[in-house]
Amino acid sequence: MSGPAPASMSTIPSYRDLAERCEVIVCCGTGGVGKTTTAAATAMAAAAMGRRAAVVTIDPAKRLADALGIGELGNDPTVIEGPWPGTLAALMLDTKATFDAVVRRHAGSDQQAETILANRFYRNISTSLSGTQDYMAVEKLAELHSSGEWDLVVVDTPPTRDALAFLEAPKLLTRLLDNPIYRVLISPSKGVLRAVNRAATSVVRQLSRVVGAEVVDDAIEFFQAFQGMEDGFRERADATLTLLGADQTAFVLVASPRADTLVEAKYFLDRLGKADLDAAAVVVNRVLPTLSIDAARAAELQALHPGGPVQALADHAAAAAGDDDRIVDLLSAAPGATVARVPLLPSDVHDVDTLRRIAELLTEG
Amino acid sequence: MDPGQFFASSRVLIVAGKGGVGKSTASATLALAAARTGRSVLLVEVAGRSATASMFGADAPGYEESTVYDEADHGTVRCRSITPDDALVEWLTNHGFSRIAKRMAKSGLLEIVATATPGIKDLLVLGRIKALEAEGVADLIIVDAPAAGHAIQFLQAPVGVRDTARTGVLNRQAVEVIEMLDDPTRCRAMLVSIPEETPVNELIETAFAVEDEVGLALGPVVINGILPPIDGLADEPPASLSPDEAADARMAADLRRDRIALQTEQLDRLQARLPLAQIRMPQLFTTEIGPTELHRLADAVEASIEALEDWA
Repeated sequence: MSGPAPASMSTIPSYRDLAERCEVIVCCGTGGVGKTTTAAATAMAAAAMGRRAAVVTIDPAKRLADALGIGELGNDPTVIEGPWPGTLAALMLDTKATFDAVVRRHAGSDQQAETILANRFYRNISTSLSGTQDYMAVEKLAELHSSGEWDLVVVDTPPTRDALAFLEAPKLLTRLLDNPIYRVLISPSKGVLRAVNRAATSVVRQLSRVVGAEVVDDAIEFFQAFQGMEDGFRERADATLTLLGADQTAFVLVASPRADTLVEAKYFLDRLGKADLDAAAVVVNRVLPTLSIDAARAAELQALHPGGPVQALADHAAAAAGDDDRIVDLLSAAPGATVARVPLLPSDVHDVDTLRRIAELLTEG
Repeated sequence: MDPGQFFASSRVLIVAGKGGVGKSTASATLALAAARTGRSVLLVEVAGRSATASMFGADAPGYEESTVYDEADHGTVRCRSITPDDALVEWLTNHGFSRIAKRMAKSGLLEIVATATPGIKDLLVLGRIKALEAEGVADLIIVDAPAAGHAIQFLQAPVGVRDTARTGVLNRQAVEVIEMLDDPTRCRAMLVSIPEETPVNELIETAFAVEDEVGLALGPVVINGILPPIDGLADEPPASLSPDEAADARMAADLRRDRIALQTEQLDRLQARLPLAQIRMPQLFTTEIGPTELHRLADAVEASIEALEDWA
């Protein structure tokens, strides 16, 4: 169970409680549902309560900077000034810079660090490997959390279909290191391994034919240079996974009421549940305002009065029909989660005032 | 432009856009519109777990293809998905590495190779599409590409691999895929967005990246979820409505007016910043998309294409 312990067994912590008490909030969900906006508004809600809150975005698009109305965000927290008693800061994850810093931190010497940083296999890992972004987001989250400078760190996860990509990210490198081929690649001439090596050599030779010899050489050089750093990386991976599973960490699922995104959202909940990490909250964005009549009545009216405001009413009612049923269905898959519905707004979210309004909507219900 | 001519101008259309803009809906609509001009269409899903087959009223596609649309006087739509892992194992097997393919899949060596050569999986998916194109399996192949951000990464993969693996059979594969991407008679990209600020910004960024960094020709952009205008939106609701109904109607009319104003602003901005023709798909106000809705969208796409100028 994630999220802070409820005050009593029967109460589910509200979104307000989460923003007030959690140390880490992870916003997950598919793309295009307002995840970045939700993450920023959550940090803002905490700042409004007087907390020191930082939000990390890993989205390659500059959406968070857009929403905060500031031009550029760097790899370190930028404080956003505003009329809140606490502190609000935001950063845009620079995957490679973060990875380089992690290598430097774990390296036994400057020379070891430089050898790795210059290696092409490493450069592939730190820039293009799928999962690296998630991995470095978790690293950044752990770094900010342990710095003691922040009461709450909110993370906006990259768009993915798999909630667990984020949870498996800390093991990205250690999984490579656990590969049996790794042992062989780093010790090409040890006597006891000679028999293994003959088989390995044949694999390496075939591999070279597929991908080219330089690629294989780069990989071998990387693994050799990495020796001595494995334990540090393993310990860090374990520590960050512990943090993600801790009571003061909450997972927030962000969704929109559209049928296709709700299917994805249910899949996310299912995956989280399998990892024993229940969602503490479900945020449904872009909910159409509720009407006093249903779609059938609106269609009747439209037949009597075509065009004009009644047409708008009928379209609205038709689009909203079923939204509620689908949201209820989604929530049945997250019985321990609090729910926040954010209405469809008349304009895009690109300024601090709109973001504050969303922060209020999240925490008032 | 005649829709038949439009769908004959390239053999592969790669449909790309950020998540939540209706990329799969656009792919399915384009496939249906092309089939209605008499073409055989193969709709390829790369991301997996997509809903395009169900829009035609069929089950989700497996790795094997299935026919989802086959009407008299029209062409056909077949659906299939291509997953990176399957494409890699298949490619290795076809290139005489069947032993190593099995071993790699089992030992986790696959992961090391994929790490050593980022983009290899995307390249091989594109390679599989290129092979389908060469085999002439359909008049038109429509690819439902991964979401933007990923779309650029996906399309840049061949250049990346060509420069990483400078020798070997993989290099040759990369060069062949790049040839396909560089030839507008073989392949074009169509980008999908919705008329809102952030999606429009991302559309513009993606469009420039696709042309500059990938060298792939762009077809018209597809704008999904266009709210149709309503005459008399500012009128008072009819007097026969109850006070609650009248209040609802006013609220719905105000929201509609605001959203249309926002949409117009974004469409104008897009037109000013990105000199590409636009194909518009209306918002349907339905909760699910099935065959009926798909035909309505295809009607709108056809009308948009007919309004385009010839580019040949």
